[in-house]
Amino acid sequence: MLNYIKLVALGLITLFAMIAASYARDLAYQVHAILIMAVSAGLFLWTLRNTDEPVPAAVLETSYMDGVIRYGVIATAFWGVVGFLAGTFIAFQLAFPALNFDWAQGYANFGRLRPLHTSAVIFAFGGNALIATSFYVVQRTSAARLWGGNMAWFVFWGYNLFIVLAATGYLLGATQSKEYAEPEWYIDLWLTIVWLAYLAVFLGTIIKRKEPHIYVANWFFLSFIVTVAMLHVFNNLSIPVSIFGSKSVQVFAGVQDAMVQWWYGHNAVGFFLTAGFLGMMYYFVPKQAERPVFSYKLSIIHFWALIFLYIWAGPHHLHYTALPDWASTLGMVFSIVLWMPSWGGMINGLMTLSGAWDKLRTDPVIRMMVISLGFYGMSTFEGPMMSIRAVNSLSHYTDWTIGHVHSGALGWNGMITFGALYFLVPKLWNRQRLYSLSMVSWHFWLATIGIILYAASMWVTGIMEGLMWREVDANGFLVNSFADTVSAKFPMYVVRALGGVMYVTGALIMCYNLWMTVKRSPAKDAAVSPAAVAAE
Amino acid sequence: METYSFLREFADSWMLLVLFLFFVGAILWAFRPGSNKTHRDTANIPFRNEDKPAASKEART
Repeated sequence: MLNYIKLVALGLITLFAMIAASYARDLAYQVHAILIMAVSAGLFLWTLRNTDEPVPAAVLETSYMDGVIRYGVIATAFWGVVGFLAGTFIAFQLAFPALNFDWAQGYANFGRLRPLHTSAVIFAFGGNALIATSFYVVQRTSAARLWGGNMAWFVFWGYNLFIVLAATGYLLGATQSKEYAEPEWYIDLWLTIVWLAYLAVFLGTIIKRKEPHIYVANWFFLSFIVTVAMLHVFNNLSIPVSIFGSKSVQVFAGVQDAMVQWWYGHNAVGFFLTAGFLGMMYYFVPKQAERPVFSYKLSIIHFWALIFLYIWAGPHHLHYTALPDWASTLGMVFSIVLWMPSWGGMINGLMTLSGAWDKLRTDPVIRMMVISLGFYGMSTFEGPMMSIRAVNSLSHYTDWTIGHVHSGALGWNGMITFGALYFLVPKLWNRQRLYSLSMVSWHFWLATIGIILYAASMWVTGIMEGLMWREVDANGFLVNSFADTVSAKFPMYVVRALGGVMYVTGALIMCYNLWMTVKRSPAKDAAVSPAAVAAE
Repeated sequence: METYSFLREFADSWMLLVLFLFFVGAILWAFRPGSNKTHRDTANIPFRNEDKPAASKEART
């Protein structure tokens, strides 16, 4: 019966997408309508083929649902490389403007590729990593199979469809020009549906857990899912100009719109890139170190302090704007208080290794996790400092901000995700060990040196251009034109791009290593494999 | 009173107090007597049920 409803729905969506494709008012919308038409027509045929077929055996409640996590791991590695390559390419575009090719104007120039890069690394790489690891962690720490059957598959494929729609939309010019929230209205609506399904799967699994307590990693994951749902809905309140076009108009205007945007933007950092990844940290660091977290009490305080403080920090993006002073002061104060939970969490992660520090010498995977915590500490020290109004007057609009973001994103989010992937692949494909530990070491050093080149060059160029912009002569006239700062930054831009090359090289080595782990590494003893246990 | 002024006054008085008390309460709850045993047990959750779900609440370890 359910299949008939599905067939009707998919048929109607296909039909509507056909009509929309022919009435489309802009190219991005037309391409998306054709894409949605193809996907829903394909799903229609697939559902039709399986309707009234004998139903396969009931879902095994005696095993974990790992298939979707394997797909998530592959998607994470794939989107990671795509996002890093896009970032490296646009770094070279900044250094050598000739790379904004004439034949690709309007599609592959810096302005179009930059949101493609940020969304690819944050939402495609980071988002797939969060979905895959949260599904892995919530099952193991709840001792229960994922709730909702195939809904987890819907979450995975639905989320990746969102990414494809968003990325193609940017290249074809569909954007609502909100940083990290560029996708237009129909893509936002689709993500809302997928995200609510994600919340249902995650919460459903927690509700049917066999453990009496909810492990701290799940608290972080849950806060990430709930807060992102709230932020996404409020920041994307907009009215489409036409149901057959991608353009929409924001409901909020002026400074209110700016405040909602940065309430969203900073909490995308706070809950997507921090709380979610802390959920990963609280599971994978103890697992890889083979000892429980340093202090469970500290992890509870870490959680509540982090979520109570982060939500207020957004206004520090709007110093010296039309935003009232009290609001930006509030944002600044909360940002500074955030030092405490951030460092509390970092110390909790690092001290988990107390008594096992020798593993740093022998296990490059734990080395990766430790350096990610190091970068977490560094960027959460730098961030509050930059939120202070006086510092912000120097750093804002300069490359310092870009350097700060990348020491957090490449150092903390990237490295902890690499660590989690190295942990997950042997487990998920039932292998004894990774294919090559020396390749992990290569990845570690390439990535670390790449980040250092990146962050150091951006510090130099950022502070330099900040000082050049404010330099006045004896008569009070500005000394430098904007073009002077641009030409002064050239050597640092080249160094930054080389740092990116090193980082992406490390990621490619990781992909090869993980591929060979699945293909060549010896299988685990059959007697202890999950498949054999499930067959008992 | 207009909605903005009312919400503004409510936010920086009673709501602030409620949120602050909740936060302090959460910390005090973490340090309640007898929490050590619970926390030790909870902190060890990642080290069990690695390969398959627990059959029942009692069989979780």
